[in-house]
This record gives sequence, C-alpha cells and structure tokens, in this order.
Amino acid sequence: MTVSGFFSQLLEIVFALALAPLLTGWINQWRAWLQNKSAPSVLQPYRLLHKLFNKESVLAEHASPLFRGTPYIVFGCMTLACAIVPTLSTDLPLSPAADAIALVGLFALARVFISLAAMDIGTAFGSLGARREMLIGFLAEPALLIVLFSASLISQSTSLTTIVETLAHRDFAIYPGLAFAGVAFSMVSLAENARVPVDNPATHLELTMIHEALILEYSGRHLALIEWAASLKLFAYSCIGLALFCPWGVAEAGEPLVMLLALPALVVKLAIGGIGLALLETLSAKMRIFRVPEYLAAAFLLAVIGMLVHILLAA
Amino acid sequence: MRLRMSPLPHVSDWLVLDGVLVVLAAWLLVGVTGIAALRRFRFVARVLFPIGGLFGLLLGGLALTAVSGTPEVAVLPIGLPSLPFHLRLDSLSAFFLMVVGFVAAGVSTFAAGYFRKGEGTPPGLLCLEYHIFLASMVMVILADDAYAYMVMWETMALSSYFLVTANHRIREVRSAGYLYLVVAHIGAIAILLCFGVLQANTGVYTFANMRAQTLTPFWGSVAFLLALFGFGAKAGILPLHVWLPEAHPAAPSPVSALMSAVMLKMAVYGMLRVSFDLLKAQMWWWGALLLALGLATALFGVVFASVQTDMKRLLAYSSIENMGLLFAGMGLTLTFSAYGMPPMAALALTATLYHVASHAFFKSLLFLSTGCVLHATGERNLGRLGGLIRTMPWLAWVTLVGVLASAGLPPLGGFVSEWLLLQSFLFTPGLPNPLLNMLIPVVAALIALVAALAGYTMVKFFGVIFLGQPREDRLAQARDAGPWERAGMLWLMGGCIALGLLPVQFIRLIDPVTRQLVSVGLGNAVEGGGWLLAPTSVERASYGPVIFLLGVAASFALAFLIVRRFYHGRLRRAPAWDCGYRWQTARMQDTAEGFGQPIRQMFEPFFVMERELPTPFDRQPRYRVTIADHFWGWIYLPVVALAERIARLFGLLQQGRIATYLMYSFLTLVATLLAVKR
Repeated sequence: MTVSGFFSQLLEIVFALALAPLLTGWINQWRAWLQNKSAPSVLQPYRLLHKLFNKESVLAEHASPLFRGTPYIVFGCMTLACAIVPTLSTDLPLSPAADAIALVGLFALARVFISLAAMDIGTAFGSLGARREMLIGFLAEPALLIVLFSASLISQSTSLTTIVETLAHRDFAIYPGLAFAGVAFSMVSLAENARVPVDNPATHLELTMIHEALILEYSGRHLALIEWAASLKLFAYSCIGLALFCPWGVAEAGEPLVMLLALPALVVKLAIGGIGLALLETLSAKMRIFRVPEYLAAAFLLAVIGMLVHILLAA
Repeated sequence: MRLRMSPLPHVSDWLVLDGVLVVLAAWLLVGVTGIAALRRFRFVARVLFPIGGLFGLLLGGLALTAVSGTPEVAVLPIGLPSLPFHLRLDSLSAFFLMVVGFVAAGVSTFAAGYFRKGEGTPPGLLCLEYHIFLASMVMVILADDAYAYMVMWETMALSSYFLVTANHRIREVRSAGYLYLVVAHIGAIAILLCFGVLQANTGVYTFANMRAQTLTPFWGSVAFLLALFGFGAKAGILPLHVWLPEAHPAAPSPVSALMSAVMLKMAVYGMLRVSFDLLKAQMWWWGALLLALGLATALFGVVFASVQTDMKRLLAYSSIENMGLLFAGMGLTLTFSAYGMPPMAALALTATLYHVASHAFFKSLLFLSTGCVLHATGERNLGRLGGLIRTMPWLAWVTLVGVLASAGLPPLGGFVSEWLLLQSFLFTPGLPNPLLNMLIPVVAALIALVAALAGYTMVKFFGVIFLGQPREDRLAQARDAGPWERAGMLWLMGGCIALGLLPVQFIRLIDPVTRQLVSVGLGNAVEGGGWLLAPTSVERASYGPVIFLLGVAASFALAFLIVRRFYHGRLRRAPAWDCGYRWQTARMQDTAEGFGQPIRQMFEPFFVMERELPTPFDRQPRYRVTIADHFWGWIYLPVVALAERIARLFGLLQQGRIATYLMYSFLTLVATLLAVKR
C-alpha cells in the first residue's frame, strides 16, 4: 500500500461520510423548489442527524441484540461500499478486496440485516416492510449485477477501478449496450434508494411505505445511523452511476494534482445528478406496490438486453 | 501409482487408503456395538455416536493429506468369488471423502445429544443404520469397479431408507420412504446400464478398463445420458426431484443433514467421475444440457422453497436449488472442457467443488438447527413458531451464520462459490459457439436471480422462526440446544466461516482435483498478493473476504466508539411503537404464507394452487392455500396409472384356484423344456 494510495482512500471515505447528507439535502431542496414549496436548508440532514444523535434511543421491550447491532452493520456496509467505488481516484488500496459482485453482495448483506431487524420486534408494519424490501431486493439485485456485468464485459474485468480506468480512457465510442444498462441502472437505483415511483421518502402512509416501515421502531442514535447509511447508499449509487456512465475526471494512481481537480468535478457531477433525480421524482407518480415487480422486471430485462446487445455487436 | 501388495504391511509404510479402511472398520464396529446395546440409550448416544464422530474427524484429516497425494489402489477380497472389490483413492475421491468426514464429525457429535428415547426405531438399531450409511458413502467414493460401486450405492440407498423411516409409526413418513426407495432404484438401474455401456463389450467391469476404452460419440452420449438420469434422480434434478422434499423432512434431523449435505453430493461425485474420468472425450451439448437442467432445477427449487410453510421442506427445496447450481457449474465445466479451454474449465470446476463443500457445511448446520427447534417446540410449521431468538439465543446466532452463508452473502462460504461461478460465466464470451455465447448472459442473469431469491427465502426462514413475537404461548418454554448439540453445530459453523474467509487456501488445497479432471489447476493463480482471491489477475477480478470483513467491522467499531464518545449511550426500554397502535398481538405479524404471497403471485405458472378465500359474509372465515407442483400431474400420476393398469392385466392370471396355478407350472415347464431341447 503506497502512501498516496492510503491518503486517497482515506480522503474518499471522509469525503463520502461528510458529503452524503449534503447530497440528500440538495435533492430535497431541489424537489421542494420544483414543487413550488419553500425549501428546507441544504444543511437540514446534518441538523437532523445531530438532533437524533443527541436523543436517547427508545428500544422495544423485547428487542434482541440483532436489532441493536443492525444500524452499525448497515452503516459499516455502506461505508465500505463508498470506500470501494472509485470517485476521486482509482488508486484505492481497499478496492481489490471487493469487486463489482462483492459490492452487490455488500448491498444485499445490508438489506438482509435491516429486514431481519425489522422482523425482530414482531410488529405488523415491520414484517410487512421486511417482506416488501426483500421483494424489491431480489429483483433489483440481479438487475444491478447485470448492469455491472455489461460494463465489465467492455473492460474485461469486474474490478471497479479497472472498469473506471477503461471507461474513462477509451476513445470516444458509443456502446449501445451501455445505453440499455444506463436506463436499467436508473430504474434500479430509484427502487433501491426508496425514491418516488417505487417508494416515497417523504411519506409515512402505512399502505405504501417500504423503507419507512422497516425503520419504524428505530429512534435516537440508531435511527441517525440508519438515515446516514441511507444517504451513504444514495451517494454510493450516484457514484456508481457516474463511474459507469460518466467516468471522466477521476484521477489515477500517482496523480495527486489531478485529484485536486477530481474533487470539484465530482461535486459538479453529483450536483447535476441530484437535480436530475429531483426532477424525475417530481415528474413521476408513485406506483402501486403490486406494479413494482413489473417495473423491476422491466429493469432486469433491459439490463439483460443491454448485455446481449453488447455481445451481439462484439461478435 | 502405489499398490498395496502384502496383506499386512509394516506400520511405517501404511497408505492413506489403509487408514480410511480402518475408519470404515471402526464405524462398522460402532454400529454392531449399537446392536449389542440395542436399548441402552445413554450408552449409544453418549459413547457410540461421539466415537463415530471422532473417526469422522480422522477420516477428514486422512483425506486432507490424500488430496495432493498420488493415487492409491487396493483390492479387497470380499464379495463374490473372483469378483473382489477394487478400491482407488485419488484426488477427486479424497476431496469428497474430506467432505463426508468433516461433516459426519459435526453431525455425529450433534446426534449424541439429539436422539431421544422412544422415537420409533430403537437407538442401537439407529446407530447401526447411521454408521452403515456413512461407511457405504465412503465406499461409493472409493469404489473402482462397477460391481463394488453398485453394491455400495444400493447399501447407501437402503440404509438411508431405513433412516428416513426411523419414525415409521407415522403414515406420511412411511409413504415418503417408499417414494424415496422407488426413485432411488429407478436411478440405480440407469447407473447400472451406464456402466454396462462404458465397459464396451469387454466384460470387465473395473473402472481401469472403462478408462482404457474409447467409445464412439453415440455410445459415449448414451452413457452420459444414462448417468445423468441415474445421478440426477439421486440429486433431485428436475423432473426427478419429487422424492426429495418428502424424504428429507421425514427423516430425523441429523439424518436429513447427512442426506442433504453429503448423500446428494454422491450424485455430483458420480457425475464428475463418469463424465471426466471414465469418459475421455466430452461433447459440448452435454454441458449445455446439464446447464439448462441445472438452472431450471435451481430456479424451481428456490421458488418452491420460498413458498413453503414447513421449515424442513423449505430447506429440502433449498437443497434442490443448490444441486441445480452444482449441476449448472458442472455443465459449464463440461462445455469449456469440450471446447478445449482448460483454464476456464478449471475456474468453473473450482466453483462447483467450492459449492459442494460450502453447501455441505451450511445445509447440515441449518438442518441440525431445525432439529433443535423441533425438539424444543415440537413444531415444524413456520406458522406456529417465532421469537425463538429470545428463548434460544445461542441457537439463533449459530443459525444466522448458516443462513447468511446459504443466502450467498459475503463474507461467508456461499458467496465465494457464487462469485467464482459468476466469474466463470463472465469470461465465457470467446466460446466458439455463437448460440451459447448469446445464452450465457441470460444464464448469468438467472443465476443472479436464483441467488437473490435464496436471500429472500433465508430471510423468511430465519425471520419467521427466530424473530418477532412467539406465535404460540408454549414457545416461551423452549430450551436452547444442549452441550453435544452445541459442539456439533459450532464445528459446522466453523467450517462455514473458514470456507468464507480462507478461499485462497482452500482453492490451493483442491488444486490437485481440478488438475486431475481438467488438467489445469487454479492453485498458484488464485492469490493476488496477500489474502486476495484473484483467479486470473487482480486487474481482472479480485475478492478479499478478510479485508472485507475487517472493513465492515472497523467501521462498525469506529461508529460505535465515536457515537459513545461525542454523544451518549443512553437507552430506554418501552413497548413497541408500531405507529402508536396499542393492541398489537403476535397474530398480526407477517406469516410464512404472507412471505410467500408475492412469489406465488409472480411465479404463478410454476404452481398448482388451490385457494380458499373467505368472503365478507362468512361467519367463520377460513383461509387456506395449498401448493403442489405440476410434475406430479404431468409425469408421475400418468406413470403410476400405467403401472397399475399393467399390474391389473397381470392380475388376470391370478385365479385363486390351485388347479390353475398347477397348470401355469405345467405350461412353464413344457415351454422351458422346449427351449432347452432346441
């Protein structure tokens, strides 16, 4: 592990932890503006986290240690996910430990734990949320995997850093397969991050909620960690999207100066992406839960078609 | 090759094979002692089973040394005159022996605390059947001629039949055992025919002779298809799977564990032995067929697993799924091998073997766990369980490890094999067959779907049994696992964790096996500096489970410490909130049926479903849903009807009058004499 590698890795983790709530705040602000509401401050998520950390945790009487440990596990998973997705630099010592498949596994691990924790208390909402979350998961997870495979067929590698290096330094070529993958990826990330056509982050309406139903019993610091992990997840997904479909500007090994440039580039890309997400959420309506499997199956098929198109054209 | 010549060698030049035979003899001795102490329950449970387990450990250790050793052969003068048993211990058999030995060690230790008095078969007899079952599996692996193989294969089927029907006072158990016996024998006939084809009219049934024969593509394919039918019946491959979800749950839990974890692997062993060792040249469509069948089985298995409401049936269907994945892995290996791409074949084969080992550990762990739950609560129905993490915390945490491994989540064993399998799919473009190239992404997508559904199923399994509130009052009295049970399960859990964290070391260990079958190993290539698993190169793909685990653990610990340091650790216990609803009861939780509902809806064509839905006007509303699979109606019932019709025709001969029967004898005699005369 080189010194510069260590620093770029550390910088990336700190950057993700610090900026993830800001991204959430930014999206919320834009959403409010687009819907003609007066927007909360962009710093609102930080205030929320600070407030929640200060509050005491209220735990259900018969909650097991699994319930208490889950926020930390989910938070750990999401931190690691942000650490292995190349955002600023591809010189990441942690990245070889987990490639694209392991990244999907990491998200699945977090999902399984949070679903189990939701079932732990034994309330109607918790188990309902767990079932719905796993339902979305088992359709979204393979779709995400296939999207990543489309990219790894181009770069002949499942290592995220190699994918980004290849995609960033290719001669400008259009991959039709990647276009399908891009659409599929957008659909999956909306579902995975509990965004509007699938779930509404702003509602607590019992019949429709998924993510909120899962975390209904959490409070205080546990809830803070889970909310933070949710923003980290959104951040990680945005970074994967940028890494796959817009990888320009990421620094490579031994280029500390380029990293200085990579930071503003990333911020600008994330800001634009956030506005896009807010726009998408404003323009679409929430689906009925029974429609979600169709929506995700469409994403899954699109991803498979993308991969097929790539193989057809390459052959 | 080393050959055992003198009957009693000096201790210093004992072969590993001799050690294995000593283990076999010890197991038989333990079994016979069990008969001698037929009803002395404590002696059988606390002394004989642990001794058997110790010898299992010894077997595993011996096999471990033999994996990289040179092949050893021996001839045992038992059986018919001039038909001795030929035995051979090579890398492939050593690998499977290792799995049998190590899993048996855990299961036998568990069994020491598990069996209870008065469960059908007397304990001593159970002990005999159990150890004969173990020994016959070892002999199946060692056998080097068709005769020994078939005798031992049948012994395995019969001993496991008696074990399945241990609780023979229950009607369902008897009929499950009968079904198992029938399918096992139909499969055995196919295997016998397969050996008949393989010896190519030479009349010599040793495997050495079969290796020397070169079959035409037609007869090679016939042999392969017969093997596929025979071993597929044992493995529960579609459409021969129907016995598995009946027989595995019917058996006592340690036996279910052994059957799912080890006996099903005998089918994988047989398939590998026939298609890579005995048949020299492979054809690509064999691989494609295996792949298609395997994937269909995997998807079918996992979809059915996710709608089950009986915990052991759920696990049995999950075994069908895993066998499907194994067959798919073997199919990929065959395809690569047929196209002359040994490095890729080695990758796919490594994935398959890895999954053999990890499935053996996590599935036996899960079956044993259901055994504990069954004994503590007397309940197999998921709808009457729940909340056991509070009364049986120890069992819950150990089971959680098995559940995570089974769901294919990092950093445990199930994920490594899934990772390797997906890697081998990803590197397929480059096959000389464009059609296959096109299908590969679809196949990879299906594997990803199966893995994700397995996660769904496992959340259902663990969540409904251990989490939530107890659905029945008496669950509050459930007692956690005893010391013997804990020891056995800890051993198996250790296996799951070791397989998850030490993939590089394990792949180095099984390197000689892939070398033997596809002439290339991954052994030296797997390590990309330090603890990274990198089958080709780090740039291409790498996975480091230890770093992975440390990464998650470090951020877990840091988050914990930082929150305590800068804020506080205050905690208050209060009733569950549930949006402020006060009249929350255990009956309002999601049930196993509820968890199956989205799957039933999405995969509706898979099921034959009967639903009884209450109307708003019912005085006593009743909800009932039963799920069956189409194959009964499509294949089995017509076959049964045909068999009955033929039997009825023969029944016409049965007149019940002695004179008629005498006439039959007379006619037979005349016919025979005529035949002889001519």
